This record gives sequence, C-alpha cells and structure tokens, in this order.
Amino acid sequence: MLSTLQPPRSLTLLPFRRFHGSKTIASLASSSPTLDASSVSPPQSQILTTRRSLLSGETTASEIAKSYLSRIRLTEPQLKCFLHVSENVLKEAQEIDQRISRGEGVGPLAGVVIGVKDNICTEGMPSTAASRILEHYRPPFDATAVKKIKEMGGIVVGKTNMDEFGMGSTTEASAFQVTANPWDLTRVPGGSSGGSAAAVAANQCMVSLGSDTGGSVRQPASFCGVVGLKPTYGRVSRFGLMAYASSLDVIGCFGSTVADAGMLLHAVSGYDRFDSTSSKQDVPEFESQSLSMDSFESKPLKGVRVGLIRETLEEGVDSGVRSATQEAASHLEALGCLVTEVSLPSFSLGLPAYYVIASSESSSNLSRYDGVRYGNQVMADELNKLYECSRGQGFGGEVKMRILMGTYALSAGYYDAYYKRAQQVRTLIRKDFKAALDHNDILISPAAPSAAYKIGEKKDDPLAMYAGDIMTVNVNLAGLPAIVLPCGLVEGGPSGLPVGLQMIGAAFDEETLLKVGHIFEQTLKGSGFVPPTLPNVA
Amino acid sequence: MSTTLFRTIQPNHFTLLTNALLRTRRTSRHISVRCQTSTTTQQSSSQQQQPRTSAPKNHGSNKLDEILKDYEAVIGIETHVQLSTSTKAFCSCPNSYGSHPNTSICPVCMGLPGALPVLSSKVVDFGVRLGLALNCSLSLKSKFDRKQYFYPDLPKGYQISQFDVPIASGGYVDVDIPLEFGGGHRRFGITRVHMEEDAGKLLHSDAGDYSQAMIVSKLDLVDLNRAGVPLLEIVSEPDIRSGVEAAEYGSEMQRIVRYLGVSNGNMQEGSLRCDVNISIRPIGQAEFGTKVEIKNLNAFSAMSRAIDYEITRQALLYNQGQADQIVTETRLWDEGAQKTVTMRKKEGLADYRYFPEPDLPEVIFTQEYVDSIRASLPELPEAKRRRYEAMGLGIQDVLFLANDVSVAEYFDEVIGKGADVKSAANWLMSDIAAYLKNEELSISDVKLTPQELAELIAAIKDETISGKIGKQILFELLAKGGTVQGMIKEKDLVQASSCYFPQNCITDPVEIEKMIMKVISESPKQLEQYRSGKTKLQGFFTGQVMKMSKGKANPALLNKILLEKLNAKD
Repeated sequence: MLSTLQPPRSLTLLPFRRFHGSKTIASLASSSPTLDASSVSPPQSQILTTRRSLLSGETTASEIAKSYLSRIRLTEPQLKCFLHVSENVLKEAQEIDQRISRGEGVGPLAGVVIGVKDNICTEGMPSTAASRILEHYRPPFDATAVKKIKEMGGIVVGKTNMDEFGMGSTTEASAFQVTANPWDLTRVPGGSSGGSAAAVAANQCMVSLGSDTGGSVRQPASFCGVVGLKPTYGRVSRFGLMAYASSLDVIGCFGSTVADAGMLLHAVSGYDRFDSTSSKQDVPEFESQSLSMDSFESKPLKGVRVGLIRETLEEGVDSGVRSATQEAASHLEALGCLVTEVSLPSFSLGLPAYYVIASSESSSNLSRYDGVRYGNQVMADELNKLYECSRGQGFGGEVKMRILMGTYALSAGYYDAYYKRAQQVRTLIRKDFKAALDHNDILISPAAPSAAYKIGEKKDDPLAMYAGDIMTVNVNLAGLPAIVLPCGLVEGGPSGLPVGLQMIGAAFDEETLLKVGHIFEQTLKGSGFVPPTLPNVA
Repeated sequence: MSTTLFRTIQPNHFTLLTNALLRTRRTSRHISVRCQTSTTTQQSSSQQQQPRTSAPKNHGSNKLDEILKDYEAVIGIETHVQLSTSTKAFCSCPNSYGSHPNTSICPVCMGLPGALPVLSSKVVDFGVRLGLALNCSLSLKSKFDRKQYFYPDLPKGYQISQFDVPIASGGYVDVDIPLEFGGGHRRFGITRVHMEEDAGKLLHSDAGDYSQAMIVSKLDLVDLNRAGVPLLEIVSEPDIRSGVEAAEYGSEMQRIVRYLGVSNGNMQEGSLRCDVNISIRPIGQAEFGTKVEIKNLNAFSAMSRAIDYEITRQALLYNQGQADQIVTETRLWDEGAQKTVTMRKKEGLADYRYFPEPDLPEVIFTQEYVDSIRASLPELPEAKRRRYEAMGLGIQDVLFLANDVSVAEYFDEVIGKGADVKSAANWLMSDIAAYLKNEELSISDVKLTPQELAELIAAIKDETISGKIGKQILFELLAKGGTVQGMIKEKDLVQASSCYFPQNCITDPVEIEKMIMKVISESPKQLEQYRSGKTKLQGFFTGQVMKMSKGKANPALLNKILLEKLNAKD
C-alpha cells in the first residue's frame, strides 16, 4: 500500500533513507554539483504521483488517506504538529474514489493530503491561531485558499500548530503545544508555521498551507528541510487568514518538492472579490516548470542572472549556513547562472521597521478578540474588566508584548517617530530591491542565519529570536515572492540539520523562482532531504 | 467616569449565532452582554419630572438678555448621514433599518477572524455627490484609516473611517434664516466630508435611563445590524452662532441629502445625527472658549433649544466668574428636562491611534468620474430657492416650496405646465398643504397630478370656474384623481363654466347687453323689487340671461353689465 505512494519519501520509519552522515556534510560542501543523479534519486512531486496513481487505479484515495492518518498517529506523540486532525479525511477520500470509479472527473488536487495552518479558517473545524482566546472556535466559513483546495479535491487533513497568531519564530508560542523538529526532536521546527513545515518534513501530509508575515513560511522550511514558498503579496487571497499584519501577511505553501509547492500555489492563487488587496494578475500554470531531469540541457539555467545579497553573509550568520549558501551559489553557476554579489544598503534597517509595522498592525488586528461576540470570555463586573480579563487570559506573552509595542508605536506623539518612519524605511527597502532586481532575475540569500536551534534556547531572549528573522522580513516589506529550498546540511542533531537557500524574485514572478528552484533541487547532489528516524516510534 | 457595568458575555454564543444566521434569518438573536445593576450615584430618572425650562432658572429674562449680549457662541456641527445604499459599506449585507436584531450580519460586519472589508462603490459615489453638493473640492486619491477604541458595539475594535485625507473638503453651504427668526442669508463653511462605517447598537433590556452613560440594566444586548452601514460625516467650520442658525444648518443638510437621494435624512431613525460642538467667548475675544459637545439631538428644534440652553449655561458661568467650570466634556440633551447634562468628561484628548487601513486600497477616481457625477446632480435647495425668488415669490413661499424635495418637484412640474407661479404656490401652501397635514399624507401620495393642478389653476384664471368651485374640485381630485375637465362635466358645473370651451363662449358685450335688456324689459316686477332693495334678485336675472344664452354667456361679463343695467337710474 505504501509503495504506491511514489515518490520515495518513505512512509515506513525504518529503514529510513538518511541523507548523509556528518562526513557527507563536508563532502557536500566541497563537492561541485553535478547533473548526474546521485545515489539518491531526486525528489518527485507527490501531487503528480498521487494524481497518476489514482487515475491509473494503482491505488485509491482511501488507501492514501489511511496511510497518512496512521503516519500521523504514529508520529504525532513526538512531533505535535497538529492541533486538530479532521474526522472527515476518510469520508472525503471515499468520495473521490467513488467519483473515479463512476468515471467522473476529479480535481487536480484529488486525494492530496493537505495540512492547513491553524490561523487559516476552515469551516466547522477548529481554527484558533493557536491562541487560548479562540480555543474551540469553529469558523462558519472556509478561507478562500481552503475553499479552492477543497474544490480541487484536496483533503484537509488537519490544522497545524503555530506560534500564537503567527507571532514567533519557533512555534513555542503556541498556547497549546510545542512542535518538535523531525530532524532533531530537541529542536524547534521554526515558526510561526512550524507545524505545517514539520508535518511535511515528517510526511504527515503531502503539502501544507502556512502564512508568512516576516518569514513564517521560509524560516521553518529551512529548519525542517522542506520547500517553502512565499508568494507575492496579493497573489493569494487573505480572506479567511486571521490577520496578524495585514500589509505583510501572505498565505504560503510547503511541499517536499518545488513542484508541489508550485502546484499548491497555483491552486490557491488568484483574485478574490472578498479581498480587495488580492491581485488581478494572471496566475501562470506553475506545473509546466516542473520538467523532468531528463529534459534538462547541460546548462539548463544559462543566462539566469543571480544576485547574492552581500549583507546576508556578514557576521551573525553561522559559518555552516554561509558555506552552504556559497555552495548553492556555485551550484547555480554550474547550472549556467550568472552569479554576482549585490548590495542592499537598506538591508539592516528592515528588521526594526518590520517589528514596528507588524506590531502596529497586529495591535489593531487583534482588537476584535474582545470576548464579546466569540472566543473565550471572562466574567467581569464592568466592561473594562471584561476586556482586560478576557484578553489578559486569552493572549499569550508574546502576543501581549507585540500588542503593547504596536499600541505604543501608534500612539499620538510617537506615530511619526515609529510607524511613519518605518513606512519610510519600507519604501527605501522596496527601492533597493527594485534596483537589485532590475539587474538580476533572482536574488539569493540564506533563509535564516542558523539551522534549527534547541527548544527553549531563545525563549527568554526575544531580541535574539527577532534577529533570526533578518533574512526574511525585508521580502515581506517589499511584498516580493521568495522560495526557500534545502541546499545542504550543517552539523547538529542525530544526522545533521538542513539549511535552506532563499531565492527572491520580482513581484508576481513566482514562475522564475519555481523554474530555478526546481532545476536546482533536481540537480543538487544528494538531494532528498528526509529527516532521520523518529526515536521511539519505530 | 463612565462605568458601564457588564458581567458576563455568554461564551460561544457566537458560533451558534452565525451558523444559524447564515441559514435562516427568521429568528431574532442577540449577542448578549449581561450587566449588573448600577450602583453608581448618578440620579437620572428624577430629572425627567422637572418642568420644561429653556434656560437655567433664577434669572429674569431681561437680566439674562443683558448678560447674553456680551457673549458670542462659536458652534461647529458634525453631521452623520446614514447612506441609503442597498448594502452595507464593506460587505453585502442588506442595509435595512428596523430588521430583527442580528439578522443583517455576516462574518465581515461581525468582525469574525479572517474576514476582510471590501468597499462598495456606491459609497464613493454618494460621497462625491455630497461633496459636490457642499461645494467641496474632491480628493481624487483618498484613503481609509482605522479609528481604534473598544466598545461592545464596535465588532472589530476599530472603525473604518477617513482621517487625514477625506474624500471631500473645503466647501460651504448657504442657508436662508426663516423670517420668524429674523430672516437673512448665511453661509457656513464645510471643513470636510468623509466616509466611514456605523457601529452597532446596544439595546438595554430594562427601561434603564442612560443619560449619564450608565447602563443601568440587567442585560445588555448588542445588535449588529447597523454595524458597517455606510456613513458620510460632514464637519462644519465653527461658523454657526446660535441655535436657530444651527437648526437651519441641520435642516439644510437634511434637505441636501434628500435632494441628492443619498439618505432618507430621518432623524428619528438615526439616519441623520448631529453632534454639536459649542463654546462661548466674550464678544471681541479672538480665542475660542472651552468646547463642549452635545449629543442626543433627535430633532432640529431640540438642537436649537439645546444650544440656547448651553449658551445660557456657559454665559452664566462666565458671568459669575466660574468660567473654569466649563470643561471639555460631552453633554446629552435631556428632552424631558429640557436641559443638557454631563455624559462623560474627557480626560485629555482621546487617542484613537489612527493609521492607514491596510485591508483597503486607496480610493482613486478620475476628474471625468467627478464631472459625470456633477452633471447628474439635481438642482439643489439653494439653487431652487434663488430661482423661486427670481420668479417673484416671497421668501416664505420660497422656503416652504424648496423645503421638501418632492413638493419642490411637484411645484416645478405644475409651473412647467404653464400654471401661474403665484397661484401654484398658493394652492400648494394653503389648501393642498392643509389637506396633506389632515390626511397625514405626503405630496407623492396624492392623486392629483401636477398636470391637473395646472389645468385647475388655468380654469380659474380664465374664469371658467370660480375659485370656490375650484376648491371643491381640488379636494376630489386630491383624493380620487381624475381630470378637471371630467370633473366639470360630471358635476354639471356648467352654470359657471359654459366658457370652458372658448369657441362656444359668448363674450361680445353688445350681444350680452341685448339679452340683458330683453330680460329686464320682460320682468318689470322683479326689476322694481330689485330696485327697491331686494338685491338678491340679481341671481334671477343672471339665470334668465344664462337661460336665454343657453349657458354660453361669459358669467363675469354678464354680471358686470347686468349690475350696471339694474342699478342704472333711467
């Protein structure tokens, strides 16, 4: 049954195709990329494989669903990726099987098992943004992205854990549970979409939706060794995404391959009349980018101009990350890219500007959680007490801190010094990116300054945690698309820790990112980033 | 200071609520906010028993006038106009007044997680219309901002409004002060017009009085039907100086929005709400005094009285050397007690932490769009008044006719059919107005068409029928409809109306005189009686002549000549 589920991201726990031992890490760093398939075959799209095997009758959606459910049952006690697992998975799978057996058409995502971040509304299924204040809350409608997934036959398997309302970089700020990194259970999966990233890494679902306000898709993708795609602002409707910072939020996609992330993006993209910030730009068929390796020319990326952002390799970045990024650059060069260093002078201004803007918007966006109409309420003798107690007990520490920061930044007398200034920085960053992308097709950088760190390591040092967002926040401020894909391993954990490469594209040019990303992924020696065995599960 | 008391709000009430509402809109549901009975010391209900007074007592009116003449009031008005769009501003919920509580709501106007606002283009349309009508300059590029505060009737914790770039600004409005209030023409500056959304309503289950913003009830309910309904807020310059001027300003706003069709302007339903900002200063002083806000003004007359009360209150405090007791605060007009009472004192400036609404793109439109709307604007009250005035109508007629857009349109149609202007005005202002008042109808309800009123006026003017007959016909036409001509035939009003068909009419005085002489000569007895004082017999002669002429003699001419002959001393 499981063998029907190509690609070979084995569902069995043992024997597990490990990436390489620590010895290989060094060899990866020093080896020049080659177009030959290494001993490990390149990862294959799970969506395409599912489609093929369903339509050929090789397997059924029910079988696939069952295998994922049992995988979840086995691994959840260690990983804790999900806040809720749907009771309807098998029912939905059976409906797909019935359609197929009746010879009726099925959608392009038929049978695809999809995890959805808990801040994305799913009708009738708990959607809490991992916050106590929304505990047990079940929205009366699907987010537009979820609606589209369902219309295309996708099966929402459950709601993934996250930092409360997306505020955090470790998923430790969930009100309910801490998710472990499948590569090392003592480490964080990153965040805030840590549950979605870890679930894909651990093969609890094929693909998943996350959200990215300052790197919340890309950084956990890097930490968990999966592909994370942050689309252009406005590419995917935000309707049904619980707002953190409205001008930065985007729904993003996780997959074990670039092709999967691209196909999921294609499914959820497009103008939505319920979100006036969604774009009317055409959505290209990203699937056509996922050519098979056989069709690659010797220099498949010939002429693609790649700018390596100088400021992202300066101090504060782990040496392992730095060398993996440089290796990735060499690999791109070997594929025919023209790699040069570019400078973004405003780069270091992004982080403080981001935290001012995101906190300001969140202080406003979270005002609706007042305990009056829905969510958890605390009895009180008077109105202000009702607000204080409901919010005081409903929100976690990180959320309260950001609400306070944002309220402060928007207060009379401080607005100009903080919010307005941050907006000016934002304009500057946009301009710098624009200039860099006028001369380059894509820009590359590490996805994070380090690989996954230990659970609890930065819990009491928010500034250190915030600093980890330095690679990603600028992209949100500029509204650009970016993809993170695994490019190497560094030492740590039982068998190394993945490191992600970030590729940044021009607005609405996800196509180039997916093309370059796909070829990069398919040709990277030793690709196939599969986390090691989960202890005590086998 | 305001200590609204809330206790429990039932958890998870909402899920049931929305789910139910998405499927059925039949049952009325509330979002409940349960409160404890207030234990605060504000007395309020007792105030309702107080006799009506228009000014603080213990001051003879002469003395009061003496004091008042040293002060000048500075008044600015914020008017909220609820727009008569079919949907709410940012969602497709129907915008309907008086529905069952919480039946016109959806995830967007309830502020559910993940819901986003989408602006209805109609709101912009109406904003531009009103902006143009108020002689404002339009911002071709404006934006929305969030005004943030917590209150149970504000689902998102912020109101979507416009802060620093309103859709329209820098206009003015012209009004005529009615003669009974001194008359004259005034122009008031309009600072700005901006678009925003309304909040919901708190309903108080007990008949609690909340004149002090005390919610003295056991259970408070939130009705979100009104949440998200589009508003235009009009802010005036502080150009207004008296209650009368303020009332006239308010009435003009009401007329304008009704003329434009952007709102029903109904104050009782809250479709038009005026908040007054008022301060006074000694005449000659340049600086403004401390500003007080007055709310809860449900009629223009109340607004006028509230302002006059407030001017007096403040003037007396000044006069008694207690100007420091005039503090920045919001006062409510207590209609029962005819006075303003403190609602809440403002400690420092409220900080609404405005910032640009990131969920909505900028509002951008072209000059062509503005021009096309300008071209579609109806004639506005001020233009109508000046036109009526130029037609020779007195100011009272002018104000009456232009006051109600449907009356003005009716009048315009009547005179468009060629009716005499003054007669048309008179009919509308006297008999028709009285009829409407008696029957509690509006002009649009009557069966009499403008065409027929014009016919009626013409028939009286050319003496086809008398004014008296005209009135009789009028009331029938008002109630039943029909034509003047048909009515004359049907009622056999021929006696006085043979000349209705001019071609049959005998208007030659010589011919009429001949007939008269014949009748007189044939009736010596009656003539003698007449001349001896029985003048009632004039009718006999008239009848005889009419009979002889087969009803065709022009009655006016007939009577004129007849009188000459009868009274002639031959």
